[in-house]
Amino acid sequence: MTVIRETLLAPQPAPPDIARSWTGARITGHALMTFWVTAGVFLVWWLIGAWDIAFVERYLPRYLNGLSITLTLVGISIVLGAILSLPLAFMRMSSNAVLSGIAYGYVYFFRGTPLIAQLFLIYYGFGTFRAEMEAVGLWWFFRDAWNCALFAFTLNTAAYQAEILRGAIESVKKGQWEAGDALGLTKPQTFRKIILPQAMIVALRPYGNEIILMIKGSAIVAIVTVFDLMGETRRAFSRTFDFQTYLWAAVFYLVIVETLRIALDRIERRLTQHLVR
Amino acid sequence: MDAFGYLAFGDTGWSDEIARGFAVTTALALATLPVGLMMGFFLALAKKSEEETLRLAADVYTTIFRGLPELLTIFMVYFGLQIAIRQASLALGFEQGIEINAFIAGMIALAFVFSSYASEVFLSAFRAIPAGQYEAGYALGLTQWQTMRTIIAPQLIRIALPGLGNLWLILLKDTALISVIGLADIMRQAGIAARVTKEAFLFFSVACLLYLILAILSSFVFARIERAAKRAEVRA
Repeated sequence: MTVIRETLLAPQPAPPDIARSWTGARITGHALMTFWVTAGVFLVWWLIGAWDIAFVERYLPRYLNGLSITLTLVGISIVLGAILSLPLAFMRMSSNAVLSGIAYGYVYFFRGTPLIAQLFLIYYGFGTFRAEMEAVGLWWFFRDAWNCALFAFTLNTAAYQAEILRGAIESVKKGQWEAGDALGLTKPQTFRKIILPQAMIVALRPYGNEIILMIKGSAIVAIVTVFDLMGETRRAFSRTFDFQTYLWAAVFYLVIVETLRIALDRIERRLTQHLVR
Repeated sequence: MDAFGYLAFGDTGWSDEIARGFAVTTALALATLPVGLMMGFFLALAKKSEEETLRLAADVYTTIFRGLPELLTIFMVYFGLQIAIRQASLALGFEQGIEINAFIAGMIALAFVFSSYASEVFLSAFRAIPAGQYEAGYALGLTQWQTMRTIIAPQLIRIALPGLGNLWLILLKDTALISVIGLADIMRQAGIAARVTKEAFLFFSVACLLYLILAILSSFVFARIERAAKRAEVRA
């Protein structure tokens, strides 16, 4: 006969946590983090050890000056590129084969070749036509490295921005156009009030990435004698042969790019609040 | 001399020099690709790991190499390696320093940049594969490595291909930056030709054209690879 025990077990404490074993992943992770932390501590220690008030007084204003040149160059070319990208994007979307072909060729060229090749083509290449340009009064513009860099960057970013814009506009459903039509809005009204706001939300992240890419890409102007952040860094290194010149530049660039990335995340979260469920 | 004269092969023209540059550019990009892909894959594995320290370490890597301008990375690797090797050889008692090869330095710098972007492509591809695929592998008695190799990897490659194609095009363009540390690639050879002949527009146009040709060739190859990868897909 079975005996049914009616007494309940006394309450038991929760089983103890199983000690996490040292798996390969855990060892690697700790090793790599140790490496990063050591590298970081070493870097800070070295930069402090090499801290020389004469060096800072001499080069900090130059770095800041270079930084402002980098930001100005990128800022102006992004804005001019945005203006230029509008007609390009519409040409690319047009049903006219010639127009869309021209825009396609433009975009393909500027996205398919390195920015540095485009810059050299404009800065050194246009010099070949000095006599012709003097005749039409354009030489004063292309003589200056800064202008050439601005020109090259504007053309380049216009191609990328045109593709971003086109992608964003085409991502808006056709029904949105039809709805605008049904409400009696004209095409430009529909575009401005219905399509563009929706397209901009899609385009926000790619636009942000494009700004970051331009900031990083703009470092190449140092090669054509513009003293942006990179140019000042190279000048400082060639005078001191001190590797910390490059480390400081890295710190500057990382801070700008990370700040921008965080700011963009915030803006995107704010603008898409109504889409989050 | 006219444009055809400048672009002749042999002693008078510059085509053979530029062709050598073309070969160097292609070789550099092709040599960087497998290294960058491997590093990117392992970084992605680290980023999707359950181990927090591993994820953090991989994120630090990506933040650094995606945030630095490529040109700065190249300079830092080139000069940094040179300084490090000099220090090491002095410590070991060698007097003369070793010249660091621009090709190797460029390869390392580009692999850093490529792998940090590739890891994000691989990571999003990993996320697109449902957990059931792993579980099916384990249920069949496959080991973790076998599951990865025979079940996950084929799907992963197919999902990651378009993203990797873009990265390859970016890599091709980034190789042009290595010319600033003295690698005799397309850009440098075109620059030398431009300086000697004073025909800068001609030679930099040729350089642009060559990069375009590389881009067009790559897109053909990628279309083929993608077709091959899609063979296994279910046709609806």
